[in-house]
Amino acid sequence: MAKFEISRRKFLTGASLGASGIMLSGCDAFDSQLSVGSGLRSFLENANDLTYRAQRLLAGRDALAPEFTEADIRQPQRPNGVTAPDDDVYKGLLANNFADWRLEVTGLVEKPLSLSREQLMNMPSRTQITRHDCVEGWSCIAKWTGTPLSLVLDQAVVKPQARYAMFHCLDTIDRSLSGDIKYYGSIDLIDARHPQTILAYGVNGKPLPVENGAPLRVRVERQLGYKMPKYLYKIELVDGFATIGGGRGGYWEDNGYDWYGGI
Amino acid sequence: MESVARSQSAADPGASASNEKPLIYRQSRWTRLTHWLWAISLFFMLLSGLQIFNARPQLYIGKESGFGYNNTIFAIGAENTNVGPRGYTEILGHRFDTTGVLGWSGPAGQETSRAFPSWATIPSYYDLGTARVVHFFFAWILTTTLIVWFVASTMNGHLRRDLAPRLDDLKRLPQDIIDHAKLRFHHTREYNTLQKMAYGGVLFVLLPLMIITGLAMSPSMDSVLPFLNDLLGGRQTARTIHFTVMVLLVAFFIVHILMILAAGPINELRSIITGWYRTDPPAQDDKTTERSA
Repeated sequence: MAKFEISRRKFLTGASLGASGIMLSGCDAFDSQLSVGSGLRSFLENANDLTYRAQRLLAGRDALAPEFTEADIRQPQRPNGVTAPDDDVYKGLLANNFADWRLEVTGLVEKPLSLSREQLMNMPSRTQITRHDCVEGWSCIAKWTGTPLSLVLDQAVVKPQARYAMFHCLDTIDRSLSGDIKYYGSIDLIDARHPQTILAYGVNGKPLPVENGAPLRVRVERQLGYKMPKYLYKIELVDGFATIGGGRGGYWEDNGYDWYGGI
Repeated sequence: MESVARSQSAADPGASASNEKPLIYRQSRWTRLTHWLWAISLFFMLLSGLQIFNARPQLYIGKESGFGYNNTIFAIGAENTNVGPRGYTEILGHRFDTTGVLGWSGPAGQETSRAFPSWATIPSYYDLGTARVVHFFFAWILTTTLIVWFVASTMNGHLRRDLAPRLDDLKRLPQDIIDHAKLRFHHTREYNTLQKMAYGGVLFVLLPLMIITGLAMSPSMDSVLPFLNDLLGGRQTARTIHFTVMVLLVAFFIVHILMILAAGPINELRSIITGWYRTDPPAQDDKTTERSA
């Protein structure tokens, strides 16, 4: 009897080790079912919608992201993604210190705008010391100065059917068969009108440098970094984004990131 | 219903061959269901979590990640040496060569620089976006399961009867440790002290801490619960705790599996699948039978 016990135990040990081995090396078995557009992937992505609804319910419209003190600024804002656009249009604007740059506000608005940097800087500004959280996992605290996006939207008078603000950028993030892909991304109008959502032209008391998105970048403090486009030149108010890019609301979203980046 | 029907024949002393070892109904359907939902969720969360970690294979202490200064306490990376690329793991400034597993791994000749190896991540290739989709899906499952378990276990008495610590547990602790060390197991209805500590620790400390540190990393939740990061020591400390608790959960899993194998895997597995558990024969010569294993 005892002998049988031992051999059974050995057998089970071996069997379970073998099974866990199969399970582990079988992780690439999930790979094919997890690509964008597959049924399982689309099912799992429902969780992002749930997170979005739950966080909107809990945070409401105006709950503020934590703000920090000057003492918390211990290093320059870490640049990420594109840090020196190689686009001729961008380089031309940069050579002229963005004197010819304009921010276009178009789409579902009553009064389309074309604002120069001076016009933006002459509007009321907001300065906030916030923590930038990258989707990769790192964080960096910096002081951002810019024009509240809500003021720009008010000036353009957003039409009632608009649901998202789509940001169009000057930097080429990727190349495809149909041409260069410039960075783009979108947020809902709740975040667009959030008091801390600003179009930043300054960081840590200095003009926004190229690596951080000069002349203008978005700050959406309740979401991750990939939701805050740099090198901005156009804000388009839309009622959906199915026809823009891959239809998922942004460059990274089209490459598999969740549209809602609040988590 | 099915298990009840099967139980009657199995519990019937006349019908059972294993005469002196009574079968008892030990695990309720809520305990069994939630156990397996956790097992599945934790499996996917671990492997997708390691993939997420690979995007930034460093851990920091504080509100932010030090780039202009050093607050890194843990790092996995690869470096070029005169014997070729090597993988390393650095803990509190102590560096270990972990080539082949951590930092530098892959099939012979096709090794790449990656923190956790391909076999330990979902997906197997580098894909942060997909890992996040998997991670957050199962985060909802895990959290919902924990809440369902808590409510069900409060109502059906599992918490009070099986998990709540008693004065007696403290007295039993030294003997329990000796018994476990000798792999001498007693099969009773009740959990022993070490079991209560392990299960209670996972369910009331580790899993809630995992959820809290996970929420603390969410920039949107920080606007709802701004005190969370102050309490935890900053978002990057929260991330470090999240990783550390993962290591503790993996340690629990290993011990859990070893204990099951040592205590009799068929009986243990049956009780967490069907609910029915074969206990030791009623005590005659063995005074410790009262005590659980």
